[in-house]
Amino acid sequence: MTVHRGRGFACINYPIGMNLGGDPSQALVHSNPDGKFTVALSAIDLGQGMKSVTRQIAAETLGVPIEDVYVDTADSDTGPHDMGSFASRGTHRMGNAVIMAAQEARAVMLEAAAEELEVDAADLMTDGRGNIHVKGAPSRSITTMAAAQAAQFRQGRTIAGRGIFLVPLSEVDPETGEMTPVTTFAHAAMLVSVEVDDETGEVTVTDMQSAYEVGRALNPRLVEQQLRGGAWMGMSHAAWETTEPHYPSRDHGPVDFGTYLMPGPGDLAPHHISILERPAADGPFGGKGPGEMCANPVLPAVVNAVYDAVGVRIDSLPVTPEKVLRGLQANGGARPRHRL
Amino acid sequence: MTETPMIGGNMIDFRKEFFADERPEKLNEIGKPTRRQDITGHVTGRSPFYDDHLFEGLLHMRCVRSPHHAARIRRIDTSAAERMPGVQRIVLGRDVPRNLNTLLSLLDFGIDDEPILSTDRVRYKGEPVAAVIAATDAQARDAVAAIRVEWEPLPHVLDVEAAIKPGAPAVLDIYPNNKFAYHGKYDHQKLRYGDVETAFRQADHVVEGRYQMSPIEQAPVETCGAIAAPEQNGRWVCYTSTQALFFSLGTAAKVLEMPSSRLHFIGGTVGGGFGGKVDSIHEPMAILGAMLTGRPVKFMWDREEEMQVGAPRGAELWIVKDGVMRDGRIIARQFTGYFDSGAYTRLSSYAVIKCVGHLPGPYTIPNVHANVYCVFTNRTPATAMRGFGITGVDFAIEAHMDKVAEAVGMNPIELRLLNAYRDGDMKAHRRIAKNCALIECCQVVAEKAGVKLAPHLAALASTRDGGGDRARLPAHTVTDENGRVQGYQPWSYARKNAPARDPFVGAPPPVQPPRAPAAGTPAVNAPPRADQPPPPPPPSPASPPRQGALRFSSLSGFRRR
Amino acid sequence: MALKPVTFTLNGNAKAAFTEDGQNLLDFLRRSVGDLSPKYGCGQGGCGACTVLMDGAPVLACLTLAEAAQGARIETAAGLAGAALHPLQEAFMERFAAQCGYCTPGMLMAARALLDRNPRPSRDEVIEAISGNICRCTGYEPIIAAILDVAEGRVRA
Repeated sequence: MTVHRGRGFACINYPIGMNLGGDPSQALVHSNPDGKFTVALSAIDLGQGMKSVTRQIAAETLGVPIEDVYVDTADSDTGPHDMGSFASRGTHRMGNAVIMAAQEARAVMLEAAAEELEVDAADLMTDGRGNIHVKGAPSRSITTMAAAQAAQFRQGRTIAGRGIFLVPLSEVDPETGEMTPVTTFAHAAMLVSVEVDDETGEVTVTDMQSAYEVGRALNPRLVEQQLRGGAWMGMSHAAWETTEPHYPSRDHGPVDFGTYLMPGPGDLAPHHISILERPAADGPFGGKGPGEMCANPVLPAVVNAVYDAVGVRIDSLPVTPEKVLRGLQANGGARPRHRL
Repeated sequence: MTETPMIGGNMIDFRKEFFADERPEKLNEIGKPTRRQDITGHVTGRSPFYDDHLFEGLLHMRCVRSPHHAARIRRIDTSAAERMPGVQRIVLGRDVPRNLNTLLSLLDFGIDDEPILSTDRVRYKGEPVAAVIAATDAQARDAVAAIRVEWEPLPHVLDVEAAIKPGAPAVLDIYPNNKFAYHGKYDHQKLRYGDVETAFRQADHVVEGRYQMSPIEQAPVETCGAIAAPEQNGRWVCYTSTQALFFSLGTAAKVLEMPSSRLHFIGGTVGGGFGGKVDSIHEPMAILGAMLTGRPVKFMWDREEEMQVGAPRGAELWIVKDGVMRDGRIIARQFTGYFDSGAYTRLSSYAVIKCVGHLPGPYTIPNVHANVYCVFTNRTPATAMRGFGITGVDFAIEAHMDKVAEAVGMNPIELRLLNAYRDGDMKAHRRIAKNCALIECCQVVAEKAGVKLAPHLAALASTRDGGGDRARLPAHTVTDENGRVQGYQPWSYARKNAPARDPFVGAPPPVQPPRAPAAGTPAVNAPPRADQPPPPPPPSPASPPRQGALRFSSLSGFRRR
Repeated sequence: MALKPVTFTLNGNAKAAFTEDGQNLLDFLRRSVGDLSPKYGCGQGGCGACTVLMDGAPVLACLTLAEAAQGARIETAAGLAGAALHPLQEAFMERFAAQCGYCTPGMLMAARALLDRNPRPSRDEVIEAISGNICRCTGYEPIIAAILDVAEGRVRA
């Protein structure tokens, strides 16, 4: 028995948002009389961090502390229409809608402050800590709370804003496939190291080295959550999972987690991530969606690493010991390549 | 905040030196590692998932499912089940106001093809034909087991290549050759860019490969479901695990023929989705149950249903052929792709278009050709999953790149760098690339892994040396009319040749390309199959069919220029 | 259907409720008692989302009969925090060890059981303790790191 080591590489790009556009998101932002803001959405947080990233985007745009913003989602009576949380569209589409809504609300807040300070609203700025002051004269200031109270109870203004983001629907040419699929792409590259046991056919991923380009890491820890968890899922897709182990036969389909296999906490590979940020022209603060593309390079990188280790091409996922052993048998044993 | 690195090499670094000049802004909250807004709820067990809403008198709904891949339903006998303890109501297809839907009809994309509860025929193992509503989940399960269905098994097909062969059983009568119809014109989506055949003849090497992406379960730890209850003033509240609140609301409004103003959907805190919670099956069923009983009803999949009835990431088969020069330049790439949609369309038709827009991957290749098919088989319908339309073909492309690198004797990272797309390059879907960063990602990984790159490749940048000749469209693109279909409206992806917009209105059956002569008589203008169920009656004038249904897109949205 | 009374303590508070024939502890806690922190993930004992402590030992509530709680001390994620959050909760927050949050209550209780019997576990012991709990979001590493942060004294209440 010999354990062979190999390395495999893959790189990908990923389209952000629904293909061809036509997938709007709306947002509403309003302030309580004490300057605390609510962002009302119908977007879904299924773990990707929709509530959290839109909260940061709203706080940044409004110019108020993060504690002064709460995101409420999803209630169809209060949250306006959104297409949904899929296609890596949430941050990009909803983030832009929240910026637009927050800008409108901020403009009213500054007008209210300007009236109280008896200055022009264009001369005002926020410090992000709950104060609004005259540019170049920090002492001439008012708190966002006082501005909100004045707006509500003295001036009769609504500190509120509406936002929508829509990439207009485009078309596809039936003859050539000419189309405008999306407006922005994220990127990734991945090098995976594996060990292949030539007696049992078992493949173990031992290390992952990646680079992900995400536009801008709006929250670096949320980005890391997506990339680390997504790469784990990619590893799982490559070497573990399927609902149809004998596809196209439907026999022996798993019905529980004892038969549907995924790597557990004892089956992990260290993953060293590097983040690159090339802002997207139409992304919220340049942000793209990292949530789906993170898994994609792992699948081909694993099969390429298996080939590098033992010279067996696995062109049909998942990589199972049976497929590895059949390949070794056909080749008359392991033929390490070590090209990387 | 402490930044203790993770154990065992799980590091993360931010390579701020790349594209720094494109990020001049000073930002306050953006870029901070702020804790999640929902994290306190998560660690205290207080985050409100859909099943965390308690109702007095909650009823439970479970489905009777087909044990066959394909069968005709002769009879459904519910008499014994109706008398069983706790049973409140048996729901059949006739109870569903509009018992035919396709998910993307809200986007005017595709023909209604899937019953909520089938009445006449099933097309996959696990397809629901009846539902029991009972006081407890166990009573509902017992009653499900007591419902007797007389089945007449029909021929079935499970494999995409078998499904498109002459003589294969038709999964859906509206797609007689088991292929979705694109633009009302072709049985596949085409990508034509330049002339691959000429380029293959000029290439030093031609590399071919065949790749199979497996079906995969989204496996969120929270299973899909919804709880619906009568609200006040003739409205219905629905707590749901959906990934798309208004998609599910719109689907429920359509299927139940109810204005959206009578529906109140609450969700947004969902225990993982990964694409498996967009199909909007549970919401209309739970609301229907609440309407029929006047009580709160929960419809929730158990884990077995989640794995075998819940739509998976579908299988994909890819055949890739590259023409490559001795120095590693890829001059032609050809794809044939088959998405296994299973028994109904759901979202696979859309994934094909998304995939075609993605080809040939992040590389600048002057000649590209693709035929991509959405194929119907008697399997559990496929749906979205993380990377939908892209993950499978990226597996094929990048596994293939490794073979190309070997064929020309190049380092695999260098082959990618040589062919990588750059700002200003023309892509095969005929738009100019911008905001590229593939080259930099490759370079960073090579550096981290200690892979030494040739100096001219280590010096490449996405921002330099793109465009120019690389921005030019091919002088000549070879096109063809293979795969013509007839009988679908020409201005949309797949719409029956119906005089009105509504697919319930009777229409002549559409026709796909004739099967090979060996299959028997030519299929062009063939009469409807004898076993085809009669078309549903047209709606009465008193109940216009579109009442209450949401639409996210006008029909003209998909009309060709 | 016969109803049976069950008396027990839940997170230190005396409780009494009726259980129906064959009702499992998960359904009992969630619907009959109103503690929604244990989650249904599979009903097969395969995912650990329903993990609670019974007399200090982790049990899968979906595979435990409610009657078995008679006289027992039951602890759930809802009771993990006192006036302040438990160190494990702090560590999970600090490490971004939850995404969708659905596995989190069960994961926390599995970790709590480990630290109660072994305050200084090794990485391998942490892995073993949570190996019956499935997380589909995080890739586990942040969860392991969070538990080790508590075990190694980097996070205190």
